[in-house]
Amino acid sequence: MKELVGLVPLFPLLGFLIIGSLNKRLPKSVAGILASLLVLASFGVSLGIFIELSSGNPAPHTFLLFDWISAGSVNISLSFLVDPLSSLFLLIITGIGFLIHIYSIGYMKEDEGFNRFFSYLNLFVFFMLLLVLGSNYLVMFVGWEGVGLCSYLLIGFWFKNPEYSKAANKAFIMNRIGDLGFLLGIFLLFTHFNSFDYATIFSQATRFSFNDPQVILITALLFIGAMGKSAQVPLYTWLPDAMAGPTPVSALIHAATMVTAGIYMICRSNILYTLAPFTLEIISVVGLVTALLAAIIALTQNDIKKVLAYSTVSQLGLMFLALGTGSYATGVFHVTTHAFFKALLFLGAGSVIHAMSGEQDIRNMGGLRKYLPVTYAVFLIATLAISGIPPFAGFFSKDEILAHAFAHNKVYWVLGLAVSLCTAFYMFRLFFLTFSGGFRGTHEQEHHLHESPAVMTVPLMVLAVLSVIGGFMGIPEIFHFDHALNGFLEPVFATSHTLVHHAAPDHSTEWMLMGITVALVIVTIGIAWFMYGTKKQVPAAEGSALSPLHKLSYNMFYVDELYNAVIVKPLAWFSANVLRFIEVNVIDNIVNLSGRIVEIGGRGLKLVQQGSIGFYIFMMVLAIIVLLLTPSFI
Amino acid sequence: MLTAILIFLPLLASVLVLALKPAQARVAALIIALAELAVSLVAFAQFNPADTSAFSIATPWIEQLGINFNIGLDGTGLVLVLLATILTPLIILSSYTGNIERPALFYFLILVMQASMIGVFVAEDGFLFYIFWEMALIPIYFICLLWGGAERVRVTLKFFIYTLAGSLFMLLGLIYLYLQTPGEHSFSMQALYEAGKNLDAVSQSWVFWALFVAFAIKMPVFPFHTWQPDTYFEAPAQGTMLLSGIMLKMGVFGVIRWLLPVVPQGVEQWSYVAVILSVIGVVYASFLAIIQKDIKRLVAYSSIAHVGLISAGIFTQNSAAVQGAVIQMFSHGIIVFGLFYIVEIIQTRTGTTKIDELGGIRSVAPKLATLFMVIMFGSVALPFTSGFVGEFLLLNGIFQYQPWASAVAGVSVILGAIYMLNAYRKSMSGEANTLTQSITDLTTVEKAVLIPLCLMVVVIGIYPAPLLDLSQTAAQNLLQIVELYK
Repeated sequence: MKELVGLVPLFPLLGFLIIGSLNKRLPKSVAGILASLLVLASFGVSLGIFIELSSGNPAPHTFLLFDWISAGSVNISLSFLVDPLSSLFLLIITGIGFLIHIYSIGYMKEDEGFNRFFSYLNLFVFFMLLLVLGSNYLVMFVGWEGVGLCSYLLIGFWFKNPEYSKAANKAFIMNRIGDLGFLLGIFLLFTHFNSFDYATIFSQATRFSFNDPQVILITALLFIGAMGKSAQVPLYTWLPDAMAGPTPVSALIHAATMVTAGIYMICRSNILYTLAPFTLEIISVVGLVTALLAAIIALTQNDIKKVLAYSTVSQLGLMFLALGTGSYATGVFHVTTHAFFKALLFLGAGSVIHAMSGEQDIRNMGGLRKYLPVTYAVFLIATLAISGIPPFAGFFSKDEILAHAFAHNKVYWVLGLAVSLCTAFYMFRLFFLTFSGGFRGTHEQEHHLHESPAVMTVPLMVLAVLSVIGGFMGIPEIFHFDHALNGFLEPVFATSHTLVHHAAPDHSTEWMLMGITVALVIVTIGIAWFMYGTKKQVPAAEGSALSPLHKLSYNMFYVDELYNAVIVKPLAWFSANVLRFIEVNVIDNIVNLSGRIVEIGGRGLKLVQQGSIGFYIFMMVLAIIVLLLTPSFI
Repeated sequence: MLTAILIFLPLLASVLVLALKPAQARVAALIIALAELAVSLVAFAQFNPADTSAFSIATPWIEQLGINFNIGLDGTGLVLVLLATILTPLIILSSYTGNIERPALFYFLILVMQASMIGVFVAEDGFLFYIFWEMALIPIYFICLLWGGAERVRVTLKFFIYTLAGSLFMLLGLIYLYLQTPGEHSFSMQALYEAGKNLDAVSQSWVFWALFVAFAIKMPVFPFHTWQPDTYFEAPAQGTMLLSGIMLKMGVFGVIRWLLPVVPQGVEQWSYVAVILSVIGVVYASFLAIIQKDIKRLVAYSSIAHVGLISAGIFTQNSAAVQGAVIQMFSHGIIVFGLFYIVEIIQTRTGTTKIDELGGIRSVAPKLATLFMVIMFGSVALPFTSGFVGEFLLLNGIFQYQPWASAVAGVSVILGAIYMLNAYRKSMSGEANTLTQSITDLTTVEKAVLIPLCLMVVVIGIYPAPLLDLSQTAAQNLLQIVELYK
């Protein structure tokens, strides 16, 4: 199957080309089904590849398409690398991608841009596959910017709304800041290895000693790229705004796949990062700060998608914490389980929004359990999963992250635990406010409440099943099972593991940590139940007085305002005043002045002062002719 | 032979156009330009980078002065000839929608300009090069003066004097080199190369600066750029397209053929200054592009930024960067032409190019918006567009020369996205307003211009090999010369 890897990105590309070029000439039903089936076909091939790799044939396979850029000493081929890491991401992208395509057929049914939507969605899947399949950093970069393009197109999908277009621009531009870091990192790799190929670079990487300044710089630059794409402090503020896009987009791009590209990139470059413990420490800190900040913001948000967006930022932070402690496989594990339950949460939220005729404020919801039984059930499963209740998917992966954090640095563990507790709180707050109690919306909304059609609920159920059982791929050793995922990914991280040996906490410590975490999470859920489930508190209405900390969280720590005041405004002022002054009053004046000096100097030639260009040209042509016709000139 | 046809076909046929009635003139001009395109495609098909002698013609012209009619094609020249011959028919076609007064004269000038620019790209004699260089200025001057905007007289005069002053420096440099050639002086390229190399370092510096100023004004490189935004703004659309799409490449080409290999030691001494000026220009022009309120001026500043990167890349003398510069010249040509054409389309429909007065065009003219988007992403160098290949090779080359310079120039990766995406958002997104609500989508002619452009942007982005292969040998030969005589 490995030889067929070229088909995986080909199918969605075809979908984009067909649907994109026919656009409205294609009936909606055909476009939606075609787009979904093509992604399903990719999933089929991906599954075949995965089975082949996991059944005793894990050798990587490189598939050359053609030489892309070849100039001087730069040689870049468009080629794919099939190995356990890429094959796992293939499954996530095409599997969840397919479910979300199906769901979108129902969700976008009434939209006039239906076909355009599916062409963008297929294009996204294509670029995302390229990102994880590339066998060199340039192909990864193509996918990296390509998914950024699709994210831009889909956030601003409803382009008549100027706010949405602004959010789209913000996402693209902020990602570009990261991309510059990524590019410079690639250039520096080229300086040292004269190549962009993974194979060449990783096989020679050990020529760097631990914490060599150059390897720290390379990894730090690449990490800047990850900060942009995976929404880490300080480049995270685009992701909450990205919720302007249709909800399936939030589920696919801004939760399950694209935003995890940063984690993929670091895992792919794990050898370099292992050689740069200093950078890993930075990554842990950035991840933790992001996780905590976003979790605190999520505590007080009232927009159902905003809560989930900050939750995503926070969970991504936890993944980076895992990477920072050197446990790459754990990061990938959480990417996988998070893809299940966060896609489910977003799609569930989409089902709610769909039923509520576009309403997103949870203060106006309540009691939806009665009207949306399926959505209610799957949302509960996903909420339990993200909160880390055993045996749901999120429990295992999050527990693993906390265990590694504990082994690395106890403070990291305490803060990681705090993030987990915040997560449980804001998720159950959201859950209770949405589904329990009585309905708080308008009569019109209540009248319109309905469960979503099967085309939307079936994907929800599939994801719910995955959110329940997804964690079993990584059962900790203390349960006397094999950690299937670690075993599968081992070839990718083997070199790193020989370079640095990770001591896992002993079994009794692990039991203890697990017990503490689960107990505290249950208590937190109890508090949320007490506040929003039984007492039926509703978050304060807009404009009411809040305590200072509450206000900070509610206003997202004013980070956007801060960026605006410290970066955007000063730069705009600098361009509009300083640079324009230099342009008009300095450079151009000097030019005009030198022109005038020549003019005054040449006063004898009246024609110059009159600016008769005709005369100049006449003289020039005449001079040339005279020159040509008088050979005795010299 | 083909090389000579490339010059003389448009030159001679242009006279024919002059004699035709208005309606016939524009058809004839298009046919001539297409015939010229066919010739250049034949040259492309026959071209063998390893042996270009089939395209060379060397005959003494004014023997007493050692001036020769030496022309030839190398990979770099061919890329630019292709650019000129692809863009000219599209530029002519783009004028079909507007109402051009005195069309016979207009198309005559465009064809003469094309011939002169091709002459610049194929000349292998210093004097011949200079003649074509100045000859190209005359038609564009009249195009701007006769068909330009309200401020055209003042602005065109400044443009003319500025570039003319620059080329006088070049003439001085060339004559100086000529006088250093042994025996019966000669202007032939090889003789001038020899003469330059044998100069002492100080003299090479003087020649370097004389030539650099001329080329820097033409491109333009910071701080020699102030003629450019006004000229692009006041020139008629087709004039701006000729200037930005093709003519500015004369400056870059000049550096490649008539500066780097001529005074290698001068380059060795001063290239870092050229790189620094170019990099400053990249960031400086990008910042100024952000604050422009007029979309035409915005594109003009973006052009300065892009050309700055090309110039910086060439002066690093990194062979991949030089190839990047060559493909980027091609890409910049099609993209900047596309952008100015879109500005023109918007202007003829709404009567304005002020960004804040526009809005909502995407909902009334989706085809225009889509093609604009493709070209825009080419301009911001998204991978798989033509803009990326060159920008990547250039930034990488600059990085290997001096990492900091690349990091600074790289800021344009961000700034470029800011000004292009914001201009797009303000003009295309949102609800249509009174100016834009009743505009029509693209006409057949407009599609005939824009769709080939967009296809080129994407195809070259995905498969740049044919263009890159053209310049490989040329870049290696060039750098060999430079390396040898440092």
